[in-house]
Amino acid sequence: MNVFSTLLARDLKLAIRQSADSLTVVAFFAIATVLFPFGVGPETNVLERISGGVLWVTALLAALLSLDRIFTVDYEDGTLDQLVLTGQPLSIVVLAKITAHWLTTGVPLLIVSPLLAVTLHLPTAGYAPLLLALLLGTPTVSLVGAVGAALVLGTRRGGVLLSLLVLPLYIPVLIFGAMAVEAATTGRSATPELLVLAGFAVLAVTLCPWATAAAVRQAVE
Amino acid sequence: MKIANAIFPWAAGLAVLLFAVGLPIALVTSPPDYQQGETVRILYLHVPAAVMGEMIYYAMASGSAAYLIWRHPMAGLVAKASAPVGAMFTALCLICGMLWGEPMWGTFWVWDARLTSTLIMFFIYLGYIALGDAFEDPERGDRAAAILALVGVVNVPIIKFSVNWWNTLHQPASLSLTKSNMSGEMLLPLFLMMGAYGMFYVTVLVIRVRSELLAAKIRNARMSQIAGNEAAQAIG
Amino acid sequence: MSGDSFTAGTFSGSNLACRRGGRLVFTGLAFSLPAGGALILRGANGSGKTTLLRLMAGLIPPTAGHLAWSDQPLDDSDEHAAKLRFVSHLDAVKPALSVAENLSFWSALWSGRIDDAATLRAMDAFGLRHLATFPGRLLSAGQRHRLALARLLVAPAPLWLLDEPGNALDEASLGALTAAIADHRGRGGSVVVASHGSAFVNDGNTLDVGTFTPKTAVHWSDDADEESAA
Repeated sequence: MNVFSTLLARDLKLAIRQSADSLTVVAFFAIATVLFPFGVGPETNVLERISGGVLWVTALLAALLSLDRIFTVDYEDGTLDQLVLTGQPLSIVVLAKITAHWLTTGVPLLIVSPLLAVTLHLPTAGYAPLLLALLLGTPTVSLVGAVGAALVLGTRRGGVLLSLLVLPLYIPVLIFGAMAVEAATTGRSATPELLVLAGFAVLAVTLCPWATAAAVRQAVE
Repeated sequence: MKIANAIFPWAAGLAVLLFAVGLPIALVTSPPDYQQGETVRILYLHVPAAVMGEMIYYAMASGSAAYLIWRHPMAGLVAKASAPVGAMFTALCLICGMLWGEPMWGTFWVWDARLTSTLIMFFIYLGYIALGDAFEDPERGDRAAAILALVGVVNVPIIKFSVNWWNTLHQPASLSLTKSNMSGEMLLPLFLMMGAYGMFYVTVLVIRVRSELLAAKIRNARMSQIAGNEAAQAIG
Repeated sequence: MSGDSFTAGTFSGSNLACRRGGRLVFTGLAFSLPAGGALILRGANGSGKTTLLRLMAGLIPPTAGHLAWSDQPLDDSDEHAAKLRFVSHLDAVKPALSVAENLSFWSALWSGRIDDAATLRAMDAFGLRHLATFPGRLLSAGQRHRLALARLLVAPAPLWLLDEPGNALDEASLGALTAAIADHRGRGGSVVVASHGSAFVNDGNTLDVGTFTPKTAVHWSDDADEESAA
């Protein structure tokens, strides 16, 4: 049992015991997506055209709403102090928490996305790239989001501020995620976009735990 | 701070001089472009603002790095004081871009790669300013904002790359704001305005750092006063 | 308790200064805590007891001076953190986990293995055995604090840093805490206690943090002058 697996197991246990939190995020994803046909009209050709982008935007917003779960509770009840003092590298500790966030937010969003894609008439060719893009893109969303979540610990208006910090940084993932779907539905190969998303994930997993650890350290200081 | 005090009058004077010389040349006496006509004059305000907006971000990130690594308070102050100036230049760049776009593209906003990147840059500045201001303890705000500036500096090239990719696939390259060939007559007003903006930045930076130092002194005096009163009560 | 004893040596700090929110909380502060020793931190509210404890834990870097183990200045905060347990005024109890689960999580995190025997001993020491399966959310403030103190016993560490450990404790639990500290010191462990009231130690050095607060004359406003004149 090392620090990573111990902490991951605890966070997953907490998420399962408080599964309403994860379900709320998924429910938000669904309701926000369903708003679009009301906004732009139910015509199949319009919805087809925007489905990939809409799913990505709503998935990002849903993930954004769940980011404060990563650290806020631990910060407020004193657990974060103790986690800084485990004697193990803090980047491993935060990586465990980020992994737990991805498993309890990114993966559920990934699972329900095909259902929502049906309501937006996503062309058949778009499903595989959508799932692959979400699989490669949502880890980056959790990793980058964790940096923001750690930075706003102890602020007066954490939630709104967090979106201002994190959403501009999500734009690259949004661009390539949505374009992967678009490429496939317009007969192009989605491979380049998917490769870029994979590159982003590799970059994020090497840099973000480190930046998050620095942010956590200054938060408990 | 001594260096800052020494360069302050020079920077302020040069800023006034360069604006006094540069603005008339840029807006009145320089020749109109054969293709863009009088509209080209907007570029003399737009292009240097874009350059300054980006350069100030890198200055801010360097200051933040120095602040985090060596805990040098002055570096942190420079970073903090730079942000609103940088945000102002990106905003100026966007406004000029929109004013230029109306006659050239027939619309105030086009999702041009450079304009879009500048818009995102503007949001990143806003986030930095908001984060630095969001804590009860200003030192915590400085540290958090410094980390954000470094995260941002890694992201800026990635954002530019992404926006370029997105832009080239969605619309064919139209007449870009800066693509036309620069003639010598155009370079002069550009350089003058660039210099004026640069000196303006240095001037405002010194003023803002001074006032930040003063604010910190007032805060410290208040804090020590509270501590002193508490100690006096504990004894008495 | 297992019979093993600690060999961590003397924990000391020299010439420590700390600045918080622009104010110098203390300066020129020094202490030395031998194995088996106890240090009691005293001082008025705001004098910096909690700040000093968090600095000793490595959560706050000192503005000047340094901490040391056996005169070796510490340069690796993770290595230092592995030698200490910190009980703050926040209990770090998860409402959705049972008492036993709360304890075994920290046991696994610190010792790298699931040690049910240590968890049981810790619960016994602070009278939590009958609450083992109760979720944290049902505990009273005193019970939550006992759970936080029980964490000290799930995995051994030579240095205990305790911030007002007697808060919200009943008579029996105060006795349990005193016994736990005595046992810890008997095995060569050392303890720092920040406390207004009982310090839970028979003999120990007292450090009044307030005496290290810089006495600067502040002439800020008219009424400040009046107060200092009075």
